[in-house]
Amino acid sequence: MEPIPVFVPTELYLALAVVLFVMGALGVVIRRSAILIFMSIELMLNAGNLAIVAFARHWGQVGGQVLVFFVMTVAAAEVAVGLALIVTIFRSRRSINVDELHQMEG
Amino acid sequence: MIQMPTLESLNFGVAFPALSLVIGAVLLLVVDVFLPERRKGLVPWLALLGVLVSLAVSMINYNEVGEAFSGMFIADPFTSLVNIIVLISAALSILLAMDYLRRTEMEHRSDYYLLLLFTTSGMLFMGAANDLIVVFVALELLSIPLYVLSGFRRPNLKSEEAALKYFLLGAFASGFLVFGIAMIYGATGTTNLPGVWAGTAAIVESASPSLYLLLLGVGLIVVSLGFKVAAVPFHMWTPDVYEGAPTPVTAFMSVGTKAGSFAALLRILVVGLPTLILTGATSAAWANTLAILAALTMILGNFVALRQMNIKRMLAYSSIAHAGYILMAVAAAGDPAVGNQGVQAALIYLLTYAFTNLGAFAIVIALERNDGTGGQLDDFRGLASQRPVLALLMTFFMLSLTGIPLTAGFIGKWYVFLSAINAGLVLLAVIGAVTSVVAAFYYIRIIVRMYLQEGDANIGTSRLSYTLGAAILVAGLGTLIFGVLPFLVADLTQGVQIVRTIAQIAGGG
Repeated sequence: MEPIPVFVPTELYLALAVVLFVMGALGVVIRRSAILIFMSIELMLNAGNLAIVAFARHWGQVGGQVLVFFVMTVAAAEVAVGLALIVTIFRSRRSINVDELHQMEG
Repeated sequence: MIQMPTLESLNFGVAFPALSLVIGAVLLLVVDVFLPERRKGLVPWLALLGVLVSLAVSMINYNEVGEAFSGMFIADPFTSLVNIIVLISAALSILLAMDYLRRTEMEHRSDYYLLLLFTTSGMLFMGAANDLIVVFVALELLSIPLYVLSGFRRPNLKSEEAALKYFLLGAFASGFLVFGIAMIYGATGTTNLPGVWAGTAAIVESASPSLYLLLLGVGLIVVSLGFKVAAVPFHMWTPDVYEGAPTPVTAFMSVGTKAGSFAALLRILVVGLPTLILTGATSAAWANTLAILAALTMILGNFVALRQMNIKRMLAYSSIAHAGYILMAVAAAGDPAVGNQGVQAALIYLLTYAFTNLGAFAIVIALERNDGTGGQLDDFRGLASQRPVLALLMTFFMLSLTGIPLTAGFIGKWYVFLSAINAGLVLLAVIGAVTSVVAAFYYIRIIVRMYLQEGDANIGTSRLSYTLGAAILVAGLGTLIFGVLPFLVADLTQGVQIVRTIAQIAGGG
């Protein structure tokens, strides 16, 4: 039996992307661990990726998919630097809770 | 169908200033590995050479117009002027860093200059971006090395903390940028800025629901670049990062990042979306938002700076305030009739601010003690009797930041206010003028401490090093020359015409 092609409309992809993006943004605001904040940021980036890929299909282009590759590559570079920074700060103060980062006030 | 790019469509020649810096940075990366420890002192000079070559090329090809990489990269006077602002800042901050790193015993860590070159090339690409993909990649090329540079003074806790804060908020902002780009791509079907412009015109005309996607996209992009230029309410990271980061990094960040991010903001808004004019309005939909942000930024930046007792924090809030003045010019550019004038005003402001602010930071570095203390306002007491020349120059830079005539700062403010008034943003210009008066209080407070109060300014350097002296001299000369000969900036920016108008539809853009 032939599988029935299911065409998910772009609007649904966009709705999912918005939900993921908002979850990510809320995560950044609510979470207190640097790692979890960073994971939330990754969620935001990937929500953007999902939206771009959905639109690329909508417009029938490969341009958007190329953009997603750039975003993924850059996100990986960001992970490398970000985790290094988190490790450095963990070494010197044994905590990655961002509420405890208050050397400077004013 | 995928086509192989030809050499003509890549057109490397027009991208030479940016490419030469990237190639130079990569070469230096290799050279740095093979240099023996005792020869590391060569690296900053090579980095400086690379920056100066790129600067010379930008100046020689100032008026050249052309596209490279199949229309993703554009060279025109706008690009050249942004290049010049960024490269001068980079050259000065290399000179500052040579002094600072030696005194803090980090001289062997020559990777500092490599990171600086990479972030500078990111800024150059920001100014030349003709495609949202380039904006994104350039923004990250600008940001990622700066995250590392902010934490360069590890294991200093403040520096580490600054790096983590800057990283988390910077990455947060790039999340907004990606989603904003996704929305604009979804609405127009292209990431190319002239393409976005053509798509916008069609969407506005037909009033299709894609308009909401566009508005959301513009909003998200303004948020993300607002983080980078430190506009209120996205400024929370600025004082902490500016205070914690090594001072030469702060100096470069306050000028270079602003120049790059404002350049990208102007490109996106003025080249891509100037016709996003809602029915019944006379200026672009983003202009009102930016005007509100500008007002908030000027008010908060200047008033909070009043109660700062640490010079780096004070300059951080002052840099937030200055972002507000530049935002005023960007908001003015939303009026199609004033578009180019607004863009020119923003660039003039960035140019004059670059010299002034780097000069001020250079003097802060001269006064800073090697353990990072010496940055309190009270440390300026009695400086005039001990180091009259430094005190005089600091006075000059503070007056320029205030915007007193015969300094570069005045010229910047003049053009910004003029463009705002021409765009009908009179209330905004009044807010700007009033907050400038407020700003005078905290700048002049430093002058008062230096000249009228007794004290022993316990300064970090017994003798000024040649590199630091050269940086202060160049910054001072720049501030003076642009202040006394204002026609120079007018000549420089005359060719900056990037606004796309409806009339260009007929000409095929």
